[in-house]
Amino acid sequence: MDIASLTIDRIHEGLRRRAFSAAELAQAALAFAERENPRTNAYLHFAPERALAAAQRVDRQLAAGEPPGKLAGVPIAVKDVIVTQGLRTTCGSRLLANYVPPYDATAVERLEAAGGVMIGKANCDEFAMGSSNENSAFGPVRNPVAPDRVPGGSSGGSAAVVAQGTAVVSLGSDTGGSIRQPASFCGVVGVTPTYGRVSRYGLVAFASSLDHIGPFGRNVKDAATLLEVIAGRDERDATSAFAPVPDYTASLGESVRGMKIGLPKEYFTGLASETGDLMHAAVAQLEKLGCQVREISLPATGYAIACYYIICTAEASSNLARYDGVRYTYRSPGAQTLLDMYRQTRGEGFGAECKRRIMLGTYVLSAGYYDAYYLKAQKVRTLIARDFQNAFGEVDAIVAPVSPSPAFKIGEKIDDPLEMYLSDIYTITGDLAGIPCMSVPCGRTAEGLPVGMQILCNHFQEETMFKLAAAYESARGF
Amino acid sequence: MKITESEVRYVADLANLRLTDQEVLRMTAELSSVLEHMDKLNELDTAEVPPMAQVLYEAEETATLRPDREKPPLGAEAALANAPQAGAGHFKVPKVIER
Repeated sequence: MDIASLTIDRIHEGLRRRAFSAAELAQAALAFAERENPRTNAYLHFAPERALAAAQRVDRQLAAGEPPGKLAGVPIAVKDVIVTQGLRTTCGSRLLANYVPPYDATAVERLEAAGGVMIGKANCDEFAMGSSNENSAFGPVRNPVAPDRVPGGSSGGSAAVVAQGTAVVSLGSDTGGSIRQPASFCGVVGVTPTYGRVSRYGLVAFASSLDHIGPFGRNVKDAATLLEVIAGRDERDATSAFAPVPDYTASLGESVRGMKIGLPKEYFTGLASETGDLMHAAVAQLEKLGCQVREISLPATGYAIACYYIICTAEASSNLARYDGVRYTYRSPGAQTLLDMYRQTRGEGFGAECKRRIMLGTYVLSAGYYDAYYLKAQKVRTLIARDFQNAFGEVDAIVAPVSPSPAFKIGEKIDDPLEMYLSDIYTITGDLAGIPCMSVPCGRTAEGLPVGMQILCNHFQEETMFKLAAAYESARGF
Repeated sequence: MKITESEVRYVADLANLRLTDQEVLRMTAELSSVLEHMDKLNELDTAEVPPMAQVLYEAEETATLRPDREKPPLGAEAALANAPQAGAGHFKVPKVIER
């Protein structure tokens, strides 16, 4: 069984033809993942018993002639910031190295209810803070396409396992690009749905006004299928949307002739030359498909980085206050007083990037600076969201690069936090506006490094986004 | 805006974060460069712009209250399972009140 080339459709066909059972597939996928893992460090831990039990449920259903779920038998990895009952959830942090959650995230519950087989938890930047997966307390992930390079972050493990083929799809989380950027760097599809489209119940909070859960897949259809399963209102997350979930896969394959596409001019300056060339070739392909492409302007783009890193760090400093040595596993052994216990636990437990963001967030919220930084950033966020609303008055979708350059070398940017933050320029705007966006592979550089094209649509227009992505995917010719 | 070493120490106290002297030095330089970039926002006149606290989109009004149904709670044992120190159904912390 060639696991690395499986898709959801092929798995379902194989199960139907009895070419393999779900249990056989789960065992083969686990063995493959465990064998591959030393090369990438993409999985933090595996879930063999849980995976086998899930697969056996699928086999029993099939034997009883019950209709299989949309993810029946599909090996899935889940980013380790999404909680799993009885299965360690570390958030890539030393602080939570031994944390075993007492409940499942809604997204995990839903994918297992649809027959999905969770085989393990994917490595990530600590508390999803980072753009390279180098901030994991359990070591960086290596890009399966180029092992001396980063897979992107923060969902680096989730992208890497799909790229290497040890999982067919995976769940990641995106606050400022943490799904799309690693998808682009690893050459897979990654989707950040509309804010509120997927319940965040059980997603360990980083920046609550920006956090999303979303899927990775090797093709658009697989990612769309996983989103379809996990999306929808959940009464345990008050921010989850009531809007009905369409059948995302139904519109795949429809023509995109006449679709109006905007290219924001602010996103096409400062691109690495090969990234620019690949983007232009992708746009030419969209024109061949009959799309009407025009230049648009999103004037507030240049302010997005500053805006984002004020808001996300402010929210992070509040969300991470709970890790103080009282409830969550790690407590500094030496402290005598309560205050010392808080401070030492946090000083010892958090890595450098988390500390940096907690400090920045505390600073911008502190007395005397709140108006100048936090309130100002919230106002600029309004301007960024308005830019998109204006644009979607004229176009159906926006097409842009995901990242200014392809995957960089491990260690290349780790000593310059501002430089690392600046590389998030093209992805954070979508999160700030709360609109759906995705990365779809659009080619490779001469060195063989994948590059992704980003598609952004208006709130709850995932169908348009998937339709365009699927049309491009089948026309691009690789 | 540049941040000073003593401000870094003050903010670290607010954040309940113990930093080493080396971390304070490094943090002072790193936060200063990020905060200087953030000053860019002052180029924009936002006097008439409302702040955006959450993502808003066109949607029908919907009841966001859930029905008040009885459900079994997590239970003390499960809730305390990850506690570094627990006892008698509670989280234990160093003594805060002298008797």
